[in-house]
This record gives sequence, structure tokens and C-alpha cells, in this order.
Amino acid sequence: MKKAISEFFKMVLILLAGKFKKFTMRFKKTKTMKDYMMVYYSQAKSARLTGKKVAWITSGGPVEPLIAMDVIPVYPENHGAMIGASKMGGHLCELAENMGYSADLCSYARSDISCATINGGPIGGLPRPDMLVCCNNICGTVLKWYEIQARYFNVPLFILDTPFCHTEYTEEMGRYVRAQFDEYIVFLEKACGRKFDFDKLKEVGHLSHQGQLLWQAVLDTATHKPSPMSAFDAFYHLALIVTLRGTQDVLDYYTWLAGYMKDRIARGIGAVPNEKYRLLWDNIPIWHRTRWLSEKFASHNACLVADTYTTAWCGALKYIDENNFIDSAAEAHARIYLNIGVDQMAKMVIEMIDKYDVDGFVLHSNRSCKPYSFGQLDIQKIVERERGIPCLMLEADMTDERSFSESQISTRIDAYMEIIKERKNKK
Amino acid sequence: MLTAGIDIGSITAKAAIVEDGKILGTKVIFTGYNAEAAGKSVYEDVLRENALYKSAIKKIVSTGYGRNSVKFADKTFTEIMCHAAGAYHLDKKVRSIIDIGGQDSKAIILDGDGKVKNFVMNDKCAAGTGRFLEVMARALEVDLDEFGAISLKSKKPSKISSLCTVFAESEVISLIAKGEKRQDIIAGIHESIAARVASMSARLGLSEPVMITGGVARNSGVVKALEKKLSMKIEVSPYAQVNGAIGAAFLAASL
Repeated sequence: MKKAISEFFKMVLILLAGKFKKFTMRFKKTKTMKDYMMVYYSQAKSARLTGKKVAWITSGGPVEPLIAMDVIPVYPENHGAMIGASKMGGHLCELAENMGYSADLCSYARSDISCATINGGPIGGLPRPDMLVCCNNICGTVLKWYEIQARYFNVPLFILDTPFCHTEYTEEMGRYVRAQFDEYIVFLEKACGRKFDFDKLKEVGHLSHQGQLLWQAVLDTATHKPSPMSAFDAFYHLALIVTLRGTQDVLDYYTWLAGYMKDRIARGIGAVPNEKYRLLWDNIPIWHRTRWLSEKFASHNACLVADTYTTAWCGALKYIDENNFIDSAAEAHARIYLNIGVDQMAKMVIEMIDKYDVDGFVLHSNRSCKPYSFGQLDIQKIVERERGIPCLMLEADMTDERSFSESQISTRIDAYMEIIKERKNKK
Repeated sequence: MLTAGIDIGSITAKAAIVEDGKILGTKVIFTGYNAEAAGKSVYEDVLRENALYKSAIKKIVSTGYGRNSVKFADKTFTEIMCHAAGAYHLDKKVRSIIDIGGQDSKAIILDGDGKVKNFVMNDKCAAGTGRFLEVMARALEVDLDEFGAISLKSKKPSKISSLCTVFAESEVISLIAKGEKRQDIIAGIHESIAARVASMSARLGLSEPVMITGGVARNSGVVKALEKKLSMKIEVSPYAQVNGAIGAAFLAASL
């Protein structure tokens, strides 16, 4: 108990010390975001004191049933992003490698596994879980990663298996995934020791749907020229839709944020002061280099206006029936961006290219994230064929800063921008 | 109008002076530890050897990894643009360029006007670069300049399967211990580089005519292995090593 209290205060101090400044942020009222995240992590870290249960869950997993049962969801992937942004990934990955894990394993997994053993990282580790919820719609690595953590913490693990939707989503797939939601509810009833609250789920499902709509509205503001926000801002503001999806907080914050962006549009303020070139980003951010990359592109008057990554948190909206959350959740979770075939991914990318009217497509070939990075070359070729815009592939890693070579990336970006400028000036 | 191009690479620093579309002179020195000093001295050398004063040069463009350390340059361009400009100036028909330098290799596709359409560079790995050859030359105790000629004598190139420079060096050492002929080992090394560069270029889809530039273009063994691997004829730039600097000087003329 003593340890939990001291950890809690340590974390509050660290947060106050401004560790979160690492996320680039140019807009006013940054406190709000920090406040939400601080309260969220404080509540999660003090769950043992307040008698609440904590569940670790994958970013693409169904979080709404947890919130309906008053369980605090915690996201090792969000924690991984914080570790990356704090430039602590290389060290934690090295520790995992010392434990025997391969350097080819995802850096979120490596840093989470090693961090759990030392309570390290920017917030002194995540709170101990009471249960784990793993959905393999984002990748296959999470299966073994969560099994390892379930053994380490000796807590129950629920796995939601979503078949890969190569070309279509069949009725059989629907039934298969839907049936697992019933098992999920039984699992939660057992883990929490009480009956599931379906009325509450209805309410949470509604809030989750509203939150995703608002997040979409925020991202949509980037269609304006100049764009009031960049993908780097989206990477920062994303934290709430990931961690607090299904709560009123998300609605409050994104309502303010959408209004704030609209106000910037009205006043003609762009994220990049002299926006001349608009680009689309693919894959998870290079968390340890967001500021450097943001400044690098801005120095060429280029704004990364949108990205496939933050769009994923509103990408399955069309499958969600807010009045029938649980039945529609099966399809919405199975048909997310990372669980569909390359042709469909390319189609979504092309839709974004048209929607945001971009001049180029920048792909982060992420050493950690195999499902996101496999197929990128095909997507690049489809984009080049269909839209004829220049594409750039950057090799790096989302969290492990040892996989980043500044001078090589710098030359690639400079050369790419030379091509973009020449093309645009020709028009 | 006289213009200059300075290309600071990882191993060598190059300078070129051009006047109204003609190449007046070039110079190559080792970059060494201080890229800024190398840029200065290679520029002074090329001026002295061509009996020119600094004031005669109207514009200077710098390129290469050390492009930002050339403080007296009017503008910087990446080596991708400069190699394209250099190759296009030598042969307007060129549509693809393979450039193999000291620490990177790249493939560039040009459009009909000599503008860069697309490019690809090697990842964080020295295999398939000039540095790889330097390491091998040391292990084999052969002067790098003789590599090309020796390898052309080979009838049965050795198989180098390792994709990493360090492991390939151990592999070469074990081939030496096995008593394989030097020419076969060298030819095997060239085939290994060619395989690496060819698969990278295949991502872009090369179109002919293809020109090879960069220091490694001087090695006829690598060129031959690449031609075999790509099933394409490759034109060797007569200014292979200084092509980037020449391109920079031409770009300076259009500033």
C-alpha cells in the first residue's frame, strides 16, 4: 500500500514537472488535455486505494463493456507512445533484450514487458492489472505479449479473436465475433463478481459513438487550406479518444477542440505558418522524433495535414449502430484499418488523398509494426498509379530511437521535398 | 558564367567548376574528420589547379552528406538532385541512374526533362556500398583500384550469402582459408553488391538507358555484375565519382 501511495505521488510530480511537454503543442489551453490525462492516470494508479479494478487492453479492443462495469481501462500502447515521446524506449527495449526478447519484437511490447519488471518509464510504470483484454484486430504480437503479462501478473486474460477481412466480412465472421462478445461479458461478470449492466453499456456505447463522431469532426477541419492543425497535433490530441472512449470527458474536450480549430480557420491561422505543400502520413508516429519531423517538414513549408493512424479511431464509424452497440461492435472491431486487405487499405488512403487534397504521401516503414508496414510498398504503388503523387518511404521505429538515422532521414526528406516543389511549381 | 559544385561525401569530398555547360575542372580529396575544412580545401584546390580566383565564381551549390557544412555555398541540394542534373547533362537520354557512393547506394528515375520522378536509397546498412568494398579489399590485401580487373578473370565467382558487411567479411576470411581463388572471391563480392543494388532498384522499376555514377562506378567488376543481374546495359559516367559535384555546379548556373 505504501508503495502504491509513493508511486502515485511520484507520478503526479513527474506530470507536473511537465514531461508531457514532449508532445508538440502550439495551441492555447494545453492544460485541459494535461488535466484529463493526469486525472486519468492518477485514478488508474490509485485504483487499489479506491477499490476499483484495472484492465489492460489493446488499443483496438472493445473498451466500452469495461467502462460499463466501472473498470478502469489502461492501454500499454498509449504508455508505449509516452515512453517513446520521453525518449525512454531505447533503454527499455535494451532491458527487454537483456531478458532474452528479440530485437525484432515490437518496441511497444519490449518496453512494456521490461517496464513492468522495474516500474520504469515516464510515469513509473502502469498500475498493476486485475485482468487483461486482448483483441488481435491490430496485430498478432498482442496475443503472446498479453499471455506473457497474464503469466507475469497472474491475472485472467480474455482474447477476442477477429478474423482477418482479406476481401469481405462474411456472415460467419459476424456470428463468430459476436459470440465472443457474450463470452467477454461472462468473463467480466466473473472478474468483477457482479452481473453485467446492459443499460449502462447502452449509455457508454452512445458516448463512444458520439466521441468518435467528434474526433472525426476535429480531423475534418484539416481539409481547410491552410490546415488549422497538423498530423503532429492529431498525434497529441488522440490520447483522449484512445484512453477515455465511452466517457463524457471525450465529448467535452473534442467539442472544445473542434470549435477551437474552426476558430483558427475563421482567423486564417495555419498549423504551418506558410503552408504551401500538404502531405498525408501513414503508420504510427515516430514518437521520439515528432518535434524534429514537424520542424523538418515545416522548414519546407509542408504540413502533414492528415494521417491514416489517428483516423483509425473513427475509421469504423460506418459499421457502428449507436442504438445497438453490442451487435454492431463485432463488425466495427473486425473491419478496422489494420485488419483488412491491402486493396481496401489503398482505397481508404486514396479517399484521404482526395479529401485532404494532398501533394504527397509519406510512409513510415515501422520496424516494430509489421501489420501496418507489410503491404506499404503495394499501397505506395497503387497511390502512384491512381493519383500520380510522389511518395516517400522512411525507415524508423515508433518507440525504439536506436532505429532512427537522422542524416539519412534528413536527406530523404530534403530530396523528396525538392521533387514535390518541382512538381507543384510545374503545374 | 562560372559556377562551382561541392559534394561532401562520407569518404571523399569533390569539387567541380563549370562554365556555360562545359566542365572546366574537378578535384577529389578525402573528407576526413572535418567536413567543413574538407569543403574549403577541395574548393581552394580546384580553383588553384584551374588558375581561378574566388571572385570569378558566380554561384556555388553544395551537396552530399556534408552539404550543410559548406558555409560559403549559395544553396544546397540533395545528392539525388545533383546526380540527376550531372547525368542528364552528360546524356539527355538517360532515364535511370544508379549511384553507389561510400555509405549509400541509390536509384533515381528521371523524366524526359531530366527532372527526378522517384528515388530509393539503401536502408541503414553498409552492404551494397563503397564501404563494403573497402572492408573487403582490406581483408583480401588487394588495392581497391585493382578489384575490377582482377574480378574479370574469374570463371566461377564465389558465393557470398551474408547480407551484412561484418558477417560477409568473416565469410570472405573463411573462403580465403578454404583456398578459394582471390579473383573468384572478388567476383563473388561484386555479385553480392549487384544483387543488393538490383533488388533495391527493382522497387522503382528502372527504365533504360541506365547510367551508373558514384565512386564505385569506376569498378568494372561491379558494373559487369550489375548488368548481368539487371539484364540491362549500363552506361558508366566518365565523371562517375565527381558526377554529384558536376550536377551541383550545373544547378548553381540555374540559380
